[in-house]
Amino acid sequence: MKSLRMIVVYALVLLITLITFGPFLFTLSTSFKPPADAFQWPPQLLPNTLTLENYVAVFNVSPFFFRWTLNSVILAAAVVVGRLVFCSLSGFAFARLNFPGRNFLFILMLGSMMIPGQVLLVPHYLIMRNLGWLDSYASLIIPGISSAFGIFLMTQFLKSIPKDLEEAALLDGCSYIRIFWQVILPLTKPAMATLAIFAFTSSWHDFMGPLIYLNSVEKFTLTLGLNFFRGQYVDWWSYILAGAMFSNIFPIAIFLMFQRYFVEGIRLSGLK
Amino acid sequence: MRSIKLSTRQEEILTGYLCLTPYFVLFGVFTVYSVINALSMSFHEYNVFISPIFIGLQNYYELFLDPLFHKAMANTFVYSVFTVLLQTCIALLIAVLLNQKIWGKSFFRAAFYMPAVTPSVVISLIFSWMFFRDGVFNYVLSLVGLPSNIDWLNNVQAALPAVIIVGVWSNVGRYMLMFLAALQDIPRSVYEAAELDGAKGWNLLRFITIPLLRPIITLVSVLGIIGAFQVFTEIYIMTSGGPLDATTTVSYMIYTNAFNYFRMGYASSIAWVLACVIFGFSMIQRKILDTEIYY
Repeated sequence: MKSLRMIVVYALVLLITLITFGPFLFTLSTSFKPPADAFQWPPQLLPNTLTLENYVAVFNVSPFFFRWTLNSVILAAAVVVGRLVFCSLSGFAFARLNFPGRNFLFILMLGSMMIPGQVLLVPHYLIMRNLGWLDSYASLIIPGISSAFGIFLMTQFLKSIPKDLEEAALLDGCSYIRIFWQVILPLTKPAMATLAIFAFTSSWHDFMGPLIYLNSVEKFTLTLGLNFFRGQYVDWWSYILAGAMFSNIFPIAIFLMFQRYFVEGIRLSGLK
Repeated sequence: MRSIKLSTRQEEILTGYLCLTPYFVLFGVFTVYSVINALSMSFHEYNVFISPIFIGLQNYYELFLDPLFHKAMANTFVYSVFTVLLQTCIALLIAVLLNQKIWGKSFFRAAFYMPAVTPSVVISLIFSWMFFRDGVFNYVLSLVGLPSNIDWLNNVQAALPAVIIVGVWSNVGRYMLMFLAALQDIPRSVYEAAELDGAKGWNLLRFITIPLLRPIITLVSVLGIIGAFQVFTEIYIMTSGGPLDATTTVSYMIYTNAFNYFRMGYASSIAWVLACVIFGFSMIQRKILDTEIYY
């Protein structure tokens, strides 16, 4: 009875693994097949002939692919750094300092999370237009670094640290800014890592933002560039799939390196 | 002594405001001003090239008569309800499966999370290719003896289900992890007590696990609804709202109105209706699903 149950469990887990990995595996294998084999019937998981042709083609026919990758990296780095600064400063204020209006501001910030992004689409575009920020990364970075959810996360984390440390520092005549910098900040590494992962992912995945704000092909991010590339090579599916696989290298690598923090982030977001 | 204490207090207040200034400057511009601007925009006709013209409730009036909006609303409802139901149930099922003593647990946990770290543009392109008439999806259907001659993304009846499948596939991993974290927080003693009372297998799930997971089920389905109501990238890449508007969702319609037809006012009014629907929906969900739990 017990072993029968375990067989069913493993069978289900295996089936889900197949469903999850199937699309990736087929894409990966097709990206190494000759272009003519992009639509075989029946589709074969293993290529008859292995070729790098598609990947070579991706970089030859579209000289921008490396540029787009670099753009995405720069953009994500800027958003990560900016968000860490903003969230840790605000989190410190909300969690460790006492000042009039603190709770009101905190609730105001939390409430803003209920506004769907769609409502802000038009006003944000008009603001960027008036500031002359269209087709520049400022339009993606500046709104990207303020994250109510990130501040909330940081606040919750900082509240869990005992107050003794900074009370001792205060008695020694330490200023609050120095306490933040020398006492609190070093303790927040795990929360920072989680925040950084979130910021990186949201910036790297973003499609609608670049689609609305960026016009020049050389400024595109990898996600927008991939869509552009697809438009140029509509029927060349093995090229498109090779480009898609390439675009996914970074996110997957980051995930494999920092898996722990992804899991931690999900756990924290469940605490809401 | 007293004067030093007072200055420390003042310093605390000052530091608090200083630390919050950067965020609240952006908050003022990108949230407060933007919300007001979006509201006022919805009462104007504005095409970016000539200055806004006040037209009162005209946009909302047009919206209620616009057959495309009705269609988009219906599509969004169907998409959201099916996606959220399916992904919540499947995610819960997988989490329960993985919460047992099985070999390779952490591998499977990471593996099932893979779609969540993949950009939706990449997912949409992969599935666009798999959904061709002679694509992988139909091949898999033919293996299990299901009808397999469907041109998924160009078929009026099949396109929306295809987009739903993609939505579920890409979201399940994230919610599975949330369920798994919550499952691990349920004390073992609860199960032991239930087992002593003779509860087994399915009954444990039905009477212990699911009731105890209620708060997290609420959270997952509310987050799911919020995400589903705003689905954009998949639609843009896979179907562009077609065929015959069969997959035009409200958020896709907002995008096309604002940035293809430059109808900023009309787009804003659609966005406000969407916001109200999302808000209403998550309130109802909370009412239905949320109950106090003691253990």
